[in-house]
This record gives sequence, structure tokens and C-alpha cells, in this order.
Amino acid sequence: MSAPALETRQLSKSFGALVVANAIDFRLERGARHALIGPNGAGKTSFVNLVTGALAPSAGHILLDGADVTALPQAARVKRGLVRTFQITQLFRGLSVIENVTLAVCECRGVGGELWRPAGHHRAAIEEAYCLLEQMGLAEEALRPVATLAYGRQRLTEIAVALGLAPKVLLLDEPAAGVPSGESGRIIEAIESLSADIALLIIEHDMDLVFRLARRITVLVQGRVLVEGAPDEIAADPRVRQVYLGERAVR
Amino acid sequence: MAPPRAVRPRLSGAASPGAPHAAAIDAFAHRHRLRGYEAAPWLAALAAYFLFPGYLPLVAQILATILFALSADLVLGYAGIVTLGQAAFFGAGAYTAGILAAHGWGEPITGLLAAAVAAAAIGFLSGLVILRSTGLALLMQTLVVAALLRETANKASAITGGDDGLQGMQVWPIFGRFEFGLFGRTAFFYCLAVLFLCWLALRRLVHSPFGRSLTGTRENVGRMHAIGAPVMRRRLTAYTISAAFAGISGALIAQTASFVGLDSLGLERSGTVLIMLIIGGVGRLYGAFIGVPLYMIAQDRFSSIDPVYWFFWIGLLMVLLVTFARGGILGLVDRLRSWGGGLR
Amino acid sequence: MPSALSAVFFIGFHGIAFAMVLYLISVGLSVTMGMMGFVNLAHGVFAMAGGYVMTRLMNQQGAPLPLALAAATVVVAVASLPIERVLYRRLYGGDELDQVLLTMGLVFMSGAAAQYLCGPLQQPLRLPPGLNGGVRLGFGEVPAYDALLIVCGAGLVTGLWLGIERSRFGAKIRAAVDNLRMAQSLGIDTSRLFSLTFALGSGLAALGGGLGASLITITPGYALDNLVYFLIVVAIGGLGNIRGPFLAALLVGIADSACKYWIPQFGAFFIYAMTMAILLWRPRGLFGRA
Repeated sequence: MSAPALETRQLSKSFGALVVANAIDFRLERGARHALIGPNGAGKTSFVNLVTGALAPSAGHILLDGADVTALPQAARVKRGLVRTFQITQLFRGLSVIENVTLAVCECRGVGGELWRPAGHHRAAIEEAYCLLEQMGLAEEALRPVATLAYGRQRLTEIAVALGLAPKVLLLDEPAAGVPSGESGRIIEAIESLSADIALLIIEHDMDLVFRLARRITVLVQGRVLVEGAPDEIAADPRVRQVYLGERAVR
Repeated sequence: MAPPRAVRPRLSGAASPGAPHAAAIDAFAHRHRLRGYEAAPWLAALAAYFLFPGYLPLVAQILATILFALSADLVLGYAGIVTLGQAAFFGAGAYTAGILAAHGWGEPITGLLAAAVAAAAIGFLSGLVILRSTGLALLMQTLVVAALLRETANKASAITGGDDGLQGMQVWPIFGRFEFGLFGRTAFFYCLAVLFLCWLALRRLVHSPFGRSLTGTRENVGRMHAIGAPVMRRRLTAYTISAAFAGISGALIAQTASFVGLDSLGLERSGTVLIMLIIGGVGRLYGAFIGVPLYMIAQDRFSSIDPVYWFFWIGLLMVLLVTFARGGILGLVDRLRSWGGGLR
Repeated sequence: MPSALSAVFFIGFHGIAFAMVLYLISVGLSVTMGMMGFVNLAHGVFAMAGGYVMTRLMNQQGAPLPLALAAATVVVAVASLPIERVLYRRLYGGDELDQVLLTMGLVFMSGAAAQYLCGPLQQPLRLPPGLNGGVRLGFGEVPAYDALLIVCGAGLVTGLWLGIERSRFGAKIRAAVDNLRMAQSLGIDTSRLFSLTFALGSGLAALGGGLGASLITITPGYALDNLVYFLIVVAIGGLGNIRGPFLAALLVGIADSACKYWIPQFGAFFIYAMTMAILLWRPRGLFGRA
């Protein structure tokens, strides 16, 4: 059996007495459509930070395509195809939309550190970035500074930047959070049309989105995996209802 | 050299960009092309040669200091490293060129190169140690590096002349023909040529993918990590290159004045170049061309009017600028242009 | 030939006296930098102003030391309020480089003003007769003024710490330093808090400048010449707290004193190297928040 795209073994992190990740065993299969849900403070974003390398674990291992990457810095993991988006938009606010994506594409192509040739000469990279913007419907606003875009469009840019990095594993941290319902349709379309060989993990609170996109769901509560399974199994599981809705909701 | 990438469809149904957007792509891809107004500083310098023949030594100093400010802009405006120790590299370059000239090797151009190498080495080594830090800690560490170098130069007075400064520099004529004379003509053209070449290189650097990634590092360093950029390596490269340019500017000043003093490593020098750059506008490559002449000419004028208290007027100018023209002169120009655009 | 132990005693004594002065001047800078995030390179100007006011009152008006000190503190604290209001406030939360430009401009202006009003020379400090000599203590005779500095300093520091820990004002300061937005949503009037904290910090700096006039001489170049030491104390101590700068001031004061005695040629080296080492080990300062 081939290695999963992403795997964690006994992944743990504590800040003194505060445990944010408690021996998490997690598998993300190739081409997966997997959702990570849980109440606020469950440690979902911390999990993503641990997996991507933004946060150093207290214990446990992270394997990317079978290889142990626990000791690798964040940038090295990105080079291996582990890409994330942020819950709170993290873009280069003063730069244009096209520049944001082009920076990512150039890094992915390995030319990000070139000293001599003007960036404008890397035509292929710029065109690739432009393609992505077109697919996201952002092409009209390509030259505008990102900070001037509507929030929903910024979230789309965030996804475009992630795609510019040619991800094999894509971690989307609440992609539709804070986006007015009129604009979230575009985001959902973009996620649905992702290539089948990308392994996708979405953190979301919006249950409609989760049940629409995910083929597998993991529930995280207080840093520990509560249950994992197919969407209808999760929906029917009384423990999940209890965690979300409280004791009295469980009949 | 990266192998050509296999275009993998990341989204189902990806295609190449449509024709109407070719114009926008062109606009973005051609940002590095030379614009007409970029000839202005060089024309101004040549004009100064004809209009102010008695002031050539000052103009030469201004040109060399512009190079110093450009080096500071690279590290501050582009890489986002706030430094109060840029004089460390300036002084390193100055003393290198000076010591060579005082000990029998007065050839100016090789002196310049030696200065660049020495300054770059110090930049690289100190950068390795301090560039992991950020914020106030980094600021203090840049300050400390310069201060330590100054103490070293002070103690090594046998080589550097200590408090009295480096005496006995003999700078040979450039290419064997052009002597550094009293009127400063050779110095003027020397500084102008060196500044021009360095500026071309710097401009190229700033528009390269490396330069753009520096801007990204300044805008959002967390994002840079998340797109796989080796941030520390980029910052260190920028720091080293900036040190080299600062060293060249120090050598220019040393060679044209035939003197190097401890003040070339001092906090005041680091501070003033920062101030001149901020006045012009940081991170725009041209802030140096505006801020440096403005400050140095103001200083020259104020101190001839009021030799003792000229500091007061410079200080007042700075306070007024910050109050009414945030982001420096170039920032003010930007705002005026957007108002003008809005009025139409 | 003084024994090594007595040398340590004298160095320690002088070092602690110097540390008290450094602390009084720098604590305000640490708190305002931590609270407003404002790079105030002109902080030394308030210490300098305190020194000038005090020496002027003593030398020209014949005022007694305590009165001159108190007057200097109050005058500078009150004068700092409009400066904060008119000039500093516009730059809070803004670009640090603008703050650098503003504060350096103020340093230049105040240095020139000081020279214009009081001449370029060091201000003489005529101590009352009781404080001019020495005091028998421990291993020998120590300068009486140093002893006074330590006693006053200890008293002020204790008062300051109690005030910050126990008073409502102190609680507001600690809240604002910790989490400004939260403090605002609790209803704390942060602009008023900024002004009062700024005035407190400037007043303390003036007090330190006046008290320390014999250790750090009052000259027009005061604010610029001593800026590095104040910044070192704040950086080593950590921003936004009042204990860190105390430990840092002790370190710097005693190290400076020791170096002047034992390795006078390399004194500055050691202080800078020590600063570098501490900042590499603890980038946020000894008591800075992680």
C-alpha cells in the first residue's frame, strides 16, 4: 500500500500545562477530500501550524509522502509540496494581486533568488500566475494592490497563491471564514475544481460546506481526535452532536 | 538552473491567459524598463558641474553619500532590516582604501574593490550572527557591531591613526592620468561614474526576482516562509551586498578627501544616512537621490548662515517634514499625484 | 594598595549609584516603548532638561537640592504633555522610521537650544557642603553623593514598584502594555493613559538626569551622547516592564564601573560585547515577554 500524502504519528504540543495537541494520529490519503472540524479552541489551526512547521512539536512525527519531515523548516516542507492557506488572510498587502501570486510561482520554480535577470523576463511564470487569477475570476483586478480588494476576493487570492506553489498536499484553514455569502460561492467552486491528485484538508465551521466537499471527516476536540469517518457516520455519531450541541441535544 | 516545469493542471480545465489580458501582463512584466524621468538625477549632476564649478568637492561628497544611502535603502527599504550600524561597512571600506593608500598602494579602483570585499566580509559575518533577530534586538545589535568596530579602530591606532585619523594617504591618479586636484573635478567624475555603475547594478538587483522577494519579506515575512522562500539566506545576501556598496561609498569619501577619521564608523554617520533616506522616502530607490542632496545642501547653507546653531534648523526641518510629509518627499509626491488624479 | 575585596566594594557601590541614575532615566522609555510601541530616541532630552533646570535653579537661584530636583521633575513632566499631544500622538502605530525622524529632529533642536541658552560647557554642580565629601562605610570612605543616590534611588524605585503593582493607575498601565485593544474595550481611556504615562516617564527621566548630574554631566550633547546606554538598558531589560530595566541598569552600571577600574582601555568593548551576548541569548530582553 502506498504511503499516505500526509501522516502524523503521536503528534503532540503543549505550552506548559496547556495541551494543544494530544498524540494525534492522522492520515491524509492521496487525492483525499478530508475535513477537520471541531469546536473553537479544539486546536485545529495549531494542528496545521504543527504540520506545516510554523510551530515546533513537543513530540511525534510528521511524514510527507512517507518521508519524515519533522525536522525540516517550514520553507523546506513547502518545497516538497505541503502548502497551506491562513485563517486570517496573510498576503503581501502593499503589492498587487498578480505580484502576490507571481512571487509564489517564482519560488516554486526555483527562480525566486535570481539576482540578475529582471523579474519581468520570467514570462512563463507571470503567465502561469495570470492563468490562476483567471480561474479564480481575479484577472480584472490583477494590478490592484491586494489591500484594496474586497475581503472575499482576498481569500480567493490566498487560494491562488497556494495553488501557485504546485501543492501535493493543500491545507485550507477556514477558506470561507468571514466571507459574505454572496462571495463564498466562488471559493467553493474553486475548491471543487481542484485537481484530483491534490490531497486536500479543509478546516471549516460551515457544516454545509463540509458535507458538500468532504469524503472523510476528522473531529478534533481539545487537541485530541474524537472520531474519524465518512460524513454520514460523523453526522449520526452522538458524541459529535454532544460536543457541538451539548448534553441536552443528544436524545 | 531549474529544469522546465511540467505544467500540471492544478485546477481541472486550466488554459493559457486570454488575449485581453496580454496588455496587463505586459505592464507588469515591463516594470523594470527605464523611464524617462530616471535620467533626471544624472542630468542634474552634470548641470551642477557647469553651474556650480566652485562647489565640486561638495557635489562629489553628495554623490558618494547618495551611494551610501542607496546601500541603506537596500537593507532598510527593501529587506526591511532597520539598522543603526550601516557606518560599520562605510568605515570598513574607508579604512581599507585609506590604509592601502597610506601604505604604498594608492591605486584608486583596486582600492575601491578591496574596500567592497572587506566591507562585504564584515557584513556577511555580522549578518550570520545577528540576522536571526528582529525588532529592537536587531537594531541594538547593528549598533553594537558598528560600535565594536569603532572601538577596534580606536585601539589599533598604529594602523588607523586612532583619534587623529589616518594620515599620509597617497592616492594615485585614476588610470595613471587623472589626478585628484584641488578643484575636485577628478573627484566629481570619479564619484559620478562609480555611483552610476553601482546604481545600475542596484536597480537591476531590485527588479530581479531576488529584489521582489525582499519586498515580500518586508511586507509579510510569515507569508514568505509559507511560500517556501529561504528567508534568512535572502536577508543575508541583501545585507552583504548592501555592506559592499556602503564600503565602496566609504572608500570614495576616503580617497577624495585623502583622510579617514573615526567618525566614519560612528553612530552619527549611521544616524544621518538613515535620516537623509527617510527624508527622501524609503524603499523607492530614488529617496536617496532626493534626501541626500536636500540634507547636505541644507546643512551647508544653514552652517554658513549660523555656524553654531545650524543643528536647530535641520532639526526643525525634520520635525516639519514628519508632521506634514509622512513617507518622505517621495511619499508626498505620491499623495499629490493621487490627488491630482482624483481631481481629473 | 586596596585589597581586591575593597575594590569590589567600591566598584559595586559606585556601580549601583550609576545604575540608579540609569534606571530612573530609562524606565520611562521602556514603559512607553512597550505601551505605545513608539521609538522615542528623544527620551534623553527630558533627562537633559531635568539636569539643566535643576542646575540652573541651584546655581542661579540658590535653591536647595531637594527643591530644585522636585521643581525640575514637575516642570519637565508638565512640559512633556503638550509635546506628546501635538507631535508624538500623530505617529502612534505608524511607521517607525517617521518616529525616528521626529525624535532625532527633537534631539537636534533641543541640543542647539540648550547650547544657545546655557552655553556649550558642562553645567557645574555645586553640591551642598554635607554632600561634597565622603562617608565612612564598609571598607572605607565612599563619596557621600553616591550614597545619597543609592538611598534616594532605592526609595524611588520602591515607591515606583509599589505604585505600579498596587495602584489603579499602575494596573491600567500594565493592562495597556499587555494588550492594548483589550484595555480599550474594557473602557480604559488609553489616550489619557498614554499622556500620563509619558509625563511620568519624562518626569522620572528628569529626576534621574538631575540626580545623576555628577555622574552623567549635563552638556548640550547629552541626549545624543548617552542615547546608546539608555537604549542598551531598555533592550537588555525588556520593553514595557519596570523590573527588567532595573536588572539591566545594575548590569550596565556595575559592568561600566568595573571596566573603568580594571580594564579602562577596553571598557566600552566589554559593555558592547555583553549587550550583544545577552540579546543573542534573550532577544526580548531579560524580562521581555516571549
